[in-house]
Amino acid sequence: MIEVHNLTKRYGTTIAVDDLSFTVPAGRVTGFLGPNGAGKSTTMRMILGLDSPASGSATVAGRNYHDLPAPLYEVGALLEAKAMHGGRSAANHLKVLAQSNGIPASRVKEVLAMVGLESVARRRTKGFSLGMGQRLGIAGALLGDPGVLLFDEPVNGLDPEGILWVRTMMKSLAAEGRTVLVSSHLMNEMAVTADYLVVIGRGKLISEGSVADFIERSGHRSVLVRSPDLDRLSQLMMAAGAAVRGMPDQAGLEVANMDSATIGQIAASNGLVLHELTPRQASLEEAFMEMTAASVEYAASTARSQ
Amino acid sequence: MSVQAPTASAGSSAANAPASRTGAVRPASFFDSVRAEATKLRTVRSTWITLLIAAVLSVGIGAAVSAVAANHYAHASPSERATFDPTSISLSGFALAQLAVAILGILFVTSEYSTGMIRASLSAVPRRGRLLAAKLLVYAVVSLVVGEILAFISFFIGQLLLKGSPPAPYVTLGDHNVLRAVATTGLYLAVLSIIGIGLGTLVRSTAGAISSIVALLFVLPGVAQALPTSLRRTVTKYWPTEAGRQVVQVVPGSHTLGPWAGFADMCIFAVIVVAIAAAVLQRRDA
Repeated sequence: MIEVHNLTKRYGTTIAVDDLSFTVPAGRVTGFLGPNGAGKSTTMRMILGLDSPASGSATVAGRNYHDLPAPLYEVGALLEAKAMHGGRSAANHLKVLAQSNGIPASRVKEVLAMVGLESVARRRTKGFSLGMGQRLGIAGALLGDPGVLLFDEPVNGLDPEGILWVRTMMKSLAAEGRTVLVSSHLMNEMAVTADYLVVIGRGKLISEGSVADFIERSGHRSVLVRSPDLDRLSQLMMAAGAAVRGMPDQAGLEVANMDSATIGQIAASNGLVLHELTPRQASLEEAFMEMTAASVEYAASTARSQ
Repeated sequence: MSVQAPTASAGSSAANAPASRTGAVRPASFFDSVRAEATKLRTVRSTWITLLIAAVLSVGIGAAVSAVAANHYAHASPSERATFDPTSISLSGFALAQLAVAILGILFVTSEYSTGMIRASLSAVPRRGRLLAAKLLVYAVVSLVVGEILAFISFFIGQLLLKGSPPAPYVTLGDHNVLRAVATTGLYLAVLSIIGIGLGTLVRSTAGAISSIVALLFVLPGVAQALPTSLRRTVTKYWPTEAGRQVVQVVPGSHTLGPWAGFADMCIFAVIVVAIAAAVLQRRDA
């Protein structure tokens, strides 16, 4: 379990992480979602004791990371950037990490096999592709067979095959009862990987809940209505409290704040013909963008003007 | 690259619950860190290249200078003959070899920052003082051993060349102060390496740390020559590397602290640099 309490981090006058609190329980994949620059990596570095917070705390299995007697046995982490010396071979990179925590050398071969890098074990990591680097990073995270795993943007730069592999691995790690925290700025990726989401923007917690809840809560819903009597129908619906908007590309209306049953009722009791009555849900990506719109650091101006 | 079945991910003890997985683990020790740092040093090519350069510089320059000095002695002036120091001639390559040894110490730290390895290192060993101490111990021992070997090789080759062309004088380890001067060369290099690692930890960038050590060894002592005599003598007397160098000299220089007090002066400087480096490392974000 990972617990983050009122964590705050400042760089000069900018607040990277702002009084952030959340809990990551064992047994499920927790997605850590937010636009670029939201403070995800900074938070993960603070959990790992790499950066120290201005205030607040982060604990792993109830303890400060610094107090873990052999951290790699308890926490494995894949950090966003390559954290390895390019002049060292993959096997030696893992050997260094294993030795530092008293992990048997035999484990190096095991984790290399797990991530499919046995054939390049003796090669210097300088020549590794982004995907191979990510696999080696994951191998390092798995060295101590830890109960807690942190992955910072693990699918960045991976091909579809690699993405599927990482996704399946994270799910199976969680299924074994481990705590898995994975960060991403891609909502759609999280929707298929994570069970639970912690969404942050500008260092602040925006939302937290299961993926299903998240869709439920944040997905703004509307009903697409097409009818030969649109004018009359729209007046009636507005009178009943609906927000009505013309659809630019379709001959219909987008109706919010009213469900399809009510709209059907209104149409029937006024003898109006309906050609279409379609409940619509915003896509996850739209919901996420809407939720974080206020907290995006560098929004394109076209996005702002909408 | 083949894609492994993700179900293999949990490894040998996958069936264990997380609680038992972490239950019986032996706490990582300082010795574990020392082993890891030794592997780090051993497994990059730059270590071997730099040590080879140090060997070529020390033995090669030492032999070349000895050969030239041996031939020159017959035509040397009386004052040149009076200051002829066979030990220091045979060890003259260390004036440059020391830089290679110090730079390797610097790279041992700064390459961690330039490659991003430092994040993996500090995640594995969150006790930063332990990580620094392990690095210092490993590299100080390496530079001590390498320094001793190269010093004795350089000394014997140099004396052999001097002996081979009479009337040039040569010395043996039994002569006054000679064994001390040769045998402390490795010790001097070990302390210099400690300073290099300290500077590397403080500065983090390879270029910055190398500039600092070059300034410490060559530039600032050179600049000090422009100072008024009394001030110059005081600065040179206590300047860490100038003072420390006294221990590897057979003939004591004038206006110096002497061999052991001078070496102690350098050691105190090394301790101060390491203490500041440790405090900064502890506080700084990785």
